[in-house]
Amino acid sequence: MIWRNPKVWIIPLVVVIAFLPLLVESYTVSLINEIGMSTLVALGLVMLTGSGGVTSFGQAAFVGVAAYTSAIVTTKLGLSPWVGLLAALALTSALALVIGALTLRMGGHFLALSTIAWGICVPIIFGSITYLGSHTGILNIPAIHIGDWSLGTPARMYYLVWILVGLAFLLSFNLMHSRTGRVMRSLKGGGTLLASFGADMYRARVILFVYAAVLASLTGWLYAHTYRYVSPSAFNVEVGIEYLLMAIVGGVGSLLGALAGSAVVLELQNILQDFLPLVTEYANHLTVIVFFIIFIVLMQFGRNGVMGGIKSWLESRGYSTSKVKKGPFLDDGDVALAGREKPAKGSRILSSKNLIKQFGGLTAVDDVSFDIDAGDIVGLIGPNGAGKSTMFNMLTRTLKMTTGSIEFMGHDISRQSQRKVACMGMARTFQHVKLMGSMTLLENVALGANVRTHSGVVRDVLRLNKKEEAQIFHEAMRQLERVGLADRAYQTAGQLPLGSQRILEIARALASDPTLLVLDEPAAGLRHQEKIELGTLLRKLREEGMTILIVEHDMDFVMGLVDRLIVMNFGSKLTEGTPDKVRVNKDVQAAYLGGTHE
Amino acid sequence: MDWNIFSLLTIDGLVNGSMYLLAGLGLVLVFSVTRVVFIPFGSIAVYAAFSLAAFQAGNVPATIGLVVIFALLATIVEVVSLIRKHDVKRIPKAILCWGILPLIPCALAWGVVKTQAPEYALLIASILLVVPVGPLLGRIVFQPIANASVLVLLIVALALEFVASGLALFFFGPEGIRTNSLVSGSLSFGSVTISAYVMLVILSAVVVSVLFFFLFGRTLMGKALRATSINRTGARLIGARPERTAVIAYSVASLLAGFIGVLMSPQTTFYYDSGFLIGLKSFVAAIIGGLVSYPITAIGALGVGIFESFASFWNGELKEAIVFGLLIPILLIRSWLASGGEEDEEDHE
Repeated sequence: MIWRNPKVWIIPLVVVIAFLPLLVESYTVSLINEIGMSTLVALGLVMLTGSGGVTSFGQAAFVGVAAYTSAIVTTKLGLSPWVGLLAALALTSALALVIGALTLRMGGHFLALSTIAWGICVPIIFGSITYLGSHTGILNIPAIHIGDWSLGTPARMYYLVWILVGLAFLLSFNLMHSRTGRVMRSLKGGGTLLASFGADMYRARVILFVYAAVLASLTGWLYAHTYRYVSPSAFNVEVGIEYLLMAIVGGVGSLLGALAGSAVVLELQNILQDFLPLVTEYANHLTVIVFFIIFIVLMQFGRNGVMGGIKSWLESRGYSTSKVKKGPFLDDGDVALAGREKPAKGSRILSSKNLIKQFGGLTAVDDVSFDIDAGDIVGLIGPNGAGKSTMFNMLTRTLKMTTGSIEFMGHDISRQSQRKVACMGMARTFQHVKLMGSMTLLENVALGANVRTHSGVVRDVLRLNKKEEAQIFHEAMRQLERVGLADRAYQTAGQLPLGSQRILEIARALASDPTLLVLDEPAAGLRHQEKIELGTLLRKLREEGMTILIVEHDMDFVMGLVDRLIVMNFGSKLTEGTPDKVRVNKDVQAAYLGGTHE
Repeated sequence: MDWNIFSLLTIDGLVNGSMYLLAGLGLVLVFSVTRVVFIPFGSIAVYAAFSLAAFQAGNVPATIGLVVIFALLATIVEVVSLIRKHDVKRIPKAILCWGILPLIPCALAWGVVKTQAPEYALLIASILLVVPVGPLLGRIVFQPIANASVLVLLIVALALEFVASGLALFFFGPEGIRTNSLVSGSLSFGSVTISAYVMLVILSAVVVSVLFFFLFGRTLMGKALRATSINRTGARLIGARPERTAVIAYSVASLLAGFIGVLMSPQTTFYYDSGFLIGLKSFVAAIIGGLVSYPITAIGALGVGIFESFASFWNGELKEAIVFGLLIPILLIRSWLASGGEEDEEDHE
């Protein structure tokens, strides 16, 4: 079955691609070029929408800014198109940075709406500036030259377009499978998840947004020098929606969706444009109608697009479509990540001093103080509504306290952000498990190592991160072994049962080499057997000297596990002490059993 | 800028603002019930304007064809979904509600042309003719994806707007229209002259919005409508039926759109694609109201109208850019208010 090996296909594929312009007529080459150009924009959108959860209707505006920039540089200033490319890249990414910085803090649909706003504004601005040729635009843009060789024909442009497309896919693939990219791929998990492993949602979104704009600007540059003219109408919001359509048709779950989507959409458009004029005089507009009807139907029935369809078809036939087949760099030499300096056993790690939290008139936490020392396993327990979760949120800095202070490792963290505290060595899990279901177990745990590593977007795109990647995956694998999930490292996290997902979250937290591990109701919703497994793991961690704070509702679960219990009721600290002491405490019994005690 | 120009611009702004106000109320209503940003709203207004123009020219409006097509599609969609649910008994009722009922205004419209009815009958017929459009589109396009995220619904709404305006070109042609004025004459207040038409527009906006505020802000029906948007399952549990409340919302919105088309067409030239910008600008107003508050939407709409009018005096070309540029700071404020400073949203789409 030699043809099952993808590598066998590469050589014939390259040959076909290389000689394609000689085999088909010029008109078809133009169409193929157009597909390539749209693929670049769609690729940015696939990453932005599929990974970042940011939908942009305005990518056409970035294409336009780049096209106009290069047009002006070459016609008005008389410089080379290559200078135009640099100027286009610079200006577009600067613009994207400004727009992104302004708008990317917005949530969900507000953000999408803002993209409509600037998507409409930009082409109007083009059309109103006389220097930019108003509504006519700019004509007579020169072709691109490489030395004396002019890329004035579609057949020659073809090579440039598809080399750029190939390069864009390579770099994007690099990016998505790197430290930066893994953070981007978990953007849909929300800001709290990202901050829990020291990543900044806003920053990741801005980088992704600028990256998508850079891809769009390549299209703009190619557009200007392929068609040799630019006009505002080519970049209006309808075109922006068409790009989005391509991404969705192709499927935003896979980078190749961009190529599939552009090919399907443009080919379909081409067929409609050939066919419809035979039927009606308003063919162009009918194309638009048919188009958007298809779009609507697609949104109703197949939001996963072409690639999503192919994926589930392959999976139904027993092929695995998971990208990472084996640990990418596990065999390399010196691969241990530098650890954090651990405090001596018994030294103070966390102290909460007189914490008070009021929600309006309600006091959820009332003057609670306690300390945790290195090596302690402390349980924070209490019946429903005792203020445990509020306490947890204040300690992990997802919630501001009304008054009081928290010290962690000798630093006052009362005003610190959740992300900073995570970087300082406080790792957490979530009561409602936050894992990226489409990523492998290994990749999920690798996210935890984010705080201990540094590779940035440029290094990641260019694959200059090999050593650190090896270290990250080595560490992730080590943690999976530690919690006993190593044999399932290459499965996707979505396939795990809840009990294993909780354990996977602990592995992710451990990958940050934490000084303090804070677990939010780890036993909630678990079956009996799962609770036993979780208990075994936590006992093992205790023996290894890990400091743990468990916030838990289930008293039985924590009793045999912890050195010390802090009991809360109605927002106040009821008592504190060893499990045995707490067990016989009358107040605690009353709180849990609702008994009368006078 | 002297006093004359100032008052002229303000009045002009108030007229446009009234239009955005009415449209904004419709958008808020539909959004608060279905979570759909109903951008095709503007195109429904365009359908009404073209209908009135056809009536005034003594022709049968092409809108009838549109309504018939939508009704046919909606009936098919409904019947298919009933068959899938093995609920065959309700098919006759479905055909009656989705297939026959929307045709009544069509018959009425046809009758109005044939009997050469008086002017006011033409107005009413134009408005009624477009009332089925909203609910039908809602049934065909949005009900199957009623549980999708706001974002998916927004993308679909935008796509639908392009279909709606494309169909308008198809059925009404590329020429713009303007209808005969409903009223004439004017009143003078010192140096400022206000035409009766302007007063009619502003007055109707005020009356309709006050009506709206009481009807949907204060009554049990209004509360049921809002409950639906917050939690569909919850609303169902307390006896509100999401599908039915959606139909009510779309119908009222269509009624408003029809009213706008008839009201504005004597002053504004409507083209087949005018709906997009009307929809989007009203939407800016609705966003100012956070897509939930009727009173703030009203203030926002008048603000947008006046802002637009002064912007066009300052730079006619950039008018639209300025208005939509305004949207970004508003969105920033709104998003910040909505998240209450901290964020923890999960979009699983």
